[in-house]
Amino acid sequence: MTKRDELPAPDKKGLSRRNFLLTGTAAAIVVKGGAIFCPTEAWALEAQALKPTTLRTLIRMARDIYPHDRLADRFYAVAVKGFDTDAARDAGAKALVEEGIAGLDAKAKAAHGVGYADVGWEADRVAILKGMEKDSFFQKVRGTLVVSLYNQKEVWPLFGYEGESASKGGYINRGFNDIAWL
Amino acid sequence: MAAPFKLDDDSVVVVIGSGAGGGTLATDLALKGIKVVCLEAGGRHEIEDFENDEWSNFSKISWLDPRTTSGSWRVARDFPGLPAWIVRAVGGSTIHWAGASLRFQEHEFKARTTYGEIAGANLLDWPVTLAEMEPWYEKAENRMGTTRTHGIPGLPGNNNYKVFEAGAKKLGYKTVSTGNMSINSQPRDGRGACQQIGFCFQGCKSGAKWSTLYSEIPKGEATGNLEVRPNSHVLKIEHDASGKVTAVVYADKSGTVQRQKARIVAVAGNSIETPRLLLNSASNQFPNGLANSSGQVGRNYMRHLTASVYAVFEKPVKMWRGTTMAGIIKDESVHDPKRGFAAGYEMETLSLGLPFMAAFLDPGGWGRSFTSAMDGYENMAGMWIVGEDMPQEKNGITLHATQKDKYGMPVPNVHFDDHPNDIAMRNHAWKQGAAVYDAVGAVRTFPTPPYPSTHNLGTCRMSANARDGVCNKYGQTHDVKNLFISDGSQFTSGASENPTLTIVALATRQAEYIAAEMGKKNI
Repeated sequence: MTKRDELPAPDKKGLSRRNFLLTGTAAAIVVKGGAIFCPTEAWALEAQALKPTTLRTLIRMARDIYPHDRLADRFYAVAVKGFDTDAARDAGAKALVEEGIAGLDAKAKAAHGVGYADVGWEADRVAILKGMEKDSFFQKVRGTLVVSLYNQKEVWPLFGYEGESASKGGYINRGFNDIAWL
Repeated sequence: MAAPFKLDDDSVVVVIGSGAGGGTLATDLALKGIKVVCLEAGGRHEIEDFENDEWSNFSKISWLDPRTTSGSWRVARDFPGLPAWIVRAVGGSTIHWAGASLRFQEHEFKARTTYGEIAGANLLDWPVTLAEMEPWYEKAENRMGTTRTHGIPGLPGNNNYKVFEAGAKKLGYKTVSTGNMSINSQPRDGRGACQQIGFCFQGCKSGAKWSTLYSEIPKGEATGNLEVRPNSHVLKIEHDASGKVTAVVYADKSGTVQRQKARIVAVAGNSIETPRLLLNSASNQFPNGLANSSGQVGRNYMRHLTASVYAVFEKPVKMWRGTTMAGIIKDESVHDPKRGFAAGYEMETLSLGLPFMAAFLDPGGWGRSFTSAMDGYENMAGMWIVGEDMPQEKNGITLHATQKDKYGMPVPNVHFDDHPNDIAMRNHAWKQGAAVYDAVGAVRTFPTPPYPSTHNLGTCRMSANARDGVCNKYGQTHDVKNLFISDGSQFTSGASENPTLTIVALATRQAEYIAAEMGKKNI
């Protein structure tokens, strides 16, 4: 287990809301200047230290590692944001991610002629990840995500998880034994 | 009132650790009028500090000092820097324990006699019997308010229990109930009844669950005989030329090294820190470590079999609601070699919140196989397996040759190889656990591997003969008469039950023994 305090804290304020003219085209994440934008979800993420294209690919990779179709991209963006924060502080952390993503893209280009984020099928992208799952880069990304994705309180209701209960008096009068289908 | 004792007061008993063993012993001695300084490595967090938030509370109270691992156990691969999941705070692991309070069985005190010679296992009978322990179990259950003892009703079953119970009954298991839990099912001892909050592992917000932090230590402090010193990390135990221990050296909150003199020292740092401290206290007179003439200090480390089974159903279970571990099947907790292994295991309900489930369901897992399981979280039920693992001499705690912690003390390495008996038992338990859930319509089951160890046992075991172990049946070390082992390190074998009740029973008995020996001026 990775120590919690070594991990990027999920930060719901990490994404800035912007008003976009929704064009009705595909819900892609676009790179513009020093930031990435998600027009359909109306959020943007300014890259501090990593290349914006790296952030975009990291988000794609995060979803491929922990694919939940019920989760919007913004949850994955929040989950990877800590890599950018760490990269701004630590050159080694920055190099690990930039080199890792560059390696990922090189493998994708060799196999499919496009960068990782543009490979069309999840199965093809997962095959690339499978080939590097023992590498320190993959291990670092997966080990971080398993906390930074699932520890977002905004994610919990989407799995039915109710979180804190003490302030509500526990479940003694709120269904601790309400199962009816047995 | 906390009673501040002077560092050069050599009349005090120094208890190291404030959990189930140390907290109980320190309180009992204080209640008997004996002056006690209890040194606790962690801080003091009261109930209001506990959070119904798994990771946040984990970082607040867990023992996260550096440790290394080796051996073939899967924990060394999945959690190489975190072999044990225990607490560093006043109250120790009684803050995050689940509350299961089970007596060991008669045959489990006679492991060597019952199981016979098993290759690779360093089995030994305990120097005490169940008959000898029964009155102490009685006292422990009474002070802890264990359900289904002393006329205390059982806890009501939550959703997770109802699935577990229905599956157990369909499968033909006979002994399924909400168990013996030291969680108030009705108000008792100044504490209220369980509010079915969940989050038993994050510290009980209602105080219904017994913990030395608020159930024992304040009673000891009220006598004026007990001083608990938090943020006091013990480095070394010193002795005189006669071989008696005389003082305890520790680093205080600021890192300043202090020396507390002592008439008696009792070590209760849990089964990794206790032997680590004895090994680190080696001297010219005791070159292999304090109380280690047998060479058994740090050896025979046990951690219970452990494994979990989670299952996904078609409809919601919401297993996180309510008491985490109030559910037990005891049918497999017998010695029946026909199953292909010696000794037995308990099956107990267990749930994790979504964040911990992600970390522990299948450590290292990713991709759709993993996430489709997580997608079924709301429809999941879960159980934990507590089985007796074999003591093996090679499994244990050693001081790292080069790596040191922030106090300059060598970090402990925890080595563990599963014994073939452990593996056979775990496979059996995974199969039976899945069968319980299949019996009530599980659509998918998961054989989840062990978590970092919560039950750490046996590294300073008690033995009738001084050459076989570290302490006698009262936890008094064979080599040093005024040095005691007061935690689960004393266990000669692991049994199949959660250890806390036995640790408390032994600590209560030890307090009586120490008081009597002090009275006779033997120590």
